[in-house]
Amino acid sequence: MTAAAEPTSVQPRDPVLLRPLRLIGRTVLGGLREIGRITAFSARVLIACVTPVIYLREVLRQCLKVGYFSLPVVGLTAVFIGAALALNIHTGGSRFNAEQFVPNIVVLGITRELGPVLAGLMLAGRVSAGIAAEIGAMRVTEQIDALLTLSAQPARYLYAPRVIAGILTLPLLVLVADIIGVLGGYLVAVGALDFNGSLYLKNSWAFVTGNDIWSGVIKAAVFGGIISLMGCYQGDRSQGGAGGVGRAATLAVVGAAVLILASNYILTSLFVRIGL
Amino acid sequence: MNFSIKPILELRDVHKAFGPKQVLRGVDLAVAPGQSLVVIGGSGAGKSVTIKSALGLVTPEKGEVFFDGELVKNAKGIEALRRRTGMLFQDGALFDSLTVWENVVFAPLYRDGMGRGQANKLAIENLAKVRLPASAAELRPSELSGGMQKRVALARAIVAKPDLIFFDEPTTGLDPITADAVNNLIVEQVKALGAAAVSITHDMASVRKIADEVAMLHEGRIIWRGPVSKLDSSGSPHVDQFVNGRAEGPIKPAI
Repeated sequence: MTAAAEPTSVQPRDPVLLRPLRLIGRTVLGGLREIGRITAFSARVLIACVTPVIYLREVLRQCLKVGYFSLPVVGLTAVFIGAALALNIHTGGSRFNAEQFVPNIVVLGITRELGPVLAGLMLAGRVSAGIAAEIGAMRVTEQIDALLTLSAQPARYLYAPRVIAGILTLPLLVLVADIIGVLGGYLVAVGALDFNGSLYLKNSWAFVTGNDIWSGVIKAAVFGGIISLMGCYQGDRSQGGAGGVGRAATLAVVGAAVLILASNYILTSLFVRIGL
Repeated sequence: MNFSIKPILELRDVHKAFGPKQVLRGVDLAVAPGQSLVVIGGSGAGKSVTIKSALGLVTPEKGEVFFDGELVKNAKGIEALRRRTGMLFQDGALFDSLTVWENVVFAPLYRDGMGRGQANKLAIENLAKVRLPASAAELRPSELSGGMQKRVALARAIVAKPDLIFFDEPTTGLDPITADAVNNLIVEQVKALGAAAVSITHDMASVRKIADEVAMLHEGRIIWRGPVSKLDSSGSPHVDQFVNGRAEGPIKPAI
């Protein structure tokens, strides 16, 4: 064995060995930087949401865009999910002779979990991408610079109305989704599974509690805020023309969807702990 | 630069880099009240960055900006500067979601809380100043031609009666006749307001029409400044090459 081939002690200065560490370090630092940016942006926008001046006309306009025009997609999602849920619970329940619990489990599943999460995910696709694209286009066409030169704060004029609209309208959409989802389950249960219609509705109504509804509504408000904030944040950071705007829309949808699922788990854990 | 009167805007030794690219390398520029200064220079010379540095849209790494004798050093100073300035962006930068009249009176309407009726009247008055009919007020920016968009952007820039107006390539993308009409409007409105103007452009016809003074920006520095009448006898090979539009000379084409 020559001297060169002898085993040597760990050489921390060897760039080849350090390369993976450097990559990990760079990725972690990049991730932390992004979290810092999102947190600072969110804090600025949320402060603008609760302090004057609030542009009510803009808030109403955004409520229409975010809420009213999302009704069809949320309603369709809810009816199919309610119907599929009823079928699945009936099939699974039949193994334990528990088919009669279809209405109870459908209403619980829809109000506590599937209503807010699926409405949130649908809106992440529809609204978050739309907001990111709109604001991204404003960024690359200098409209945001124009706002600044007119002494208007984008956080107040552009972002706060969208976030307020998200927080206000998603709970309302979820309430509608709850009703339509239960209706979807009802249609399948009565039409295909031979349930008694009035008994189905009576069981659904008797089983659901205010806490079930509230937990879904609170989740929806949080998801609504996340959806709008991610759209605004990615739009605000977009650069480089049409490609940059497209990338912003994609990042907004992915970011909003991941944050919705993560915050859903955190909120559910919290609700379980406090008995909501 | 010696001014017998206090400049309305002064940039001192302004440096700005984007990543490894140093764009401004010590820009010194001053504009007197009522004066129209046009900054010329090749693509990538840093003209837009100079204007954006003055307006606080980008933050210089080094250097100072003075507005009306006051150092612009924080958000409050930038806000005070923006309230007394107007800006016409290269492509208009009109807000797509608003009508023409809402665009024109955006600052009074959304920033100052003016009533919509009064704001609408003010918008129509300012549209008339840029030769646009009242019937254009309810249109959306996407329904306007390029020349009309520039006029609306000009109306928006002058509506608050600013002391200083910035023009970023005001005639880019316009045919020569429309460009001349826009130049005439700029001269007319700047004079009517008694405002100072800082413009950046490549269009030499525009320079000759709207400038009192011309400054040449090259590689992030002002390399020549003089009255527009001296443009053809500047003695600077850079200015000479630029004014005559020659590929050969000290300025390398940006391709």
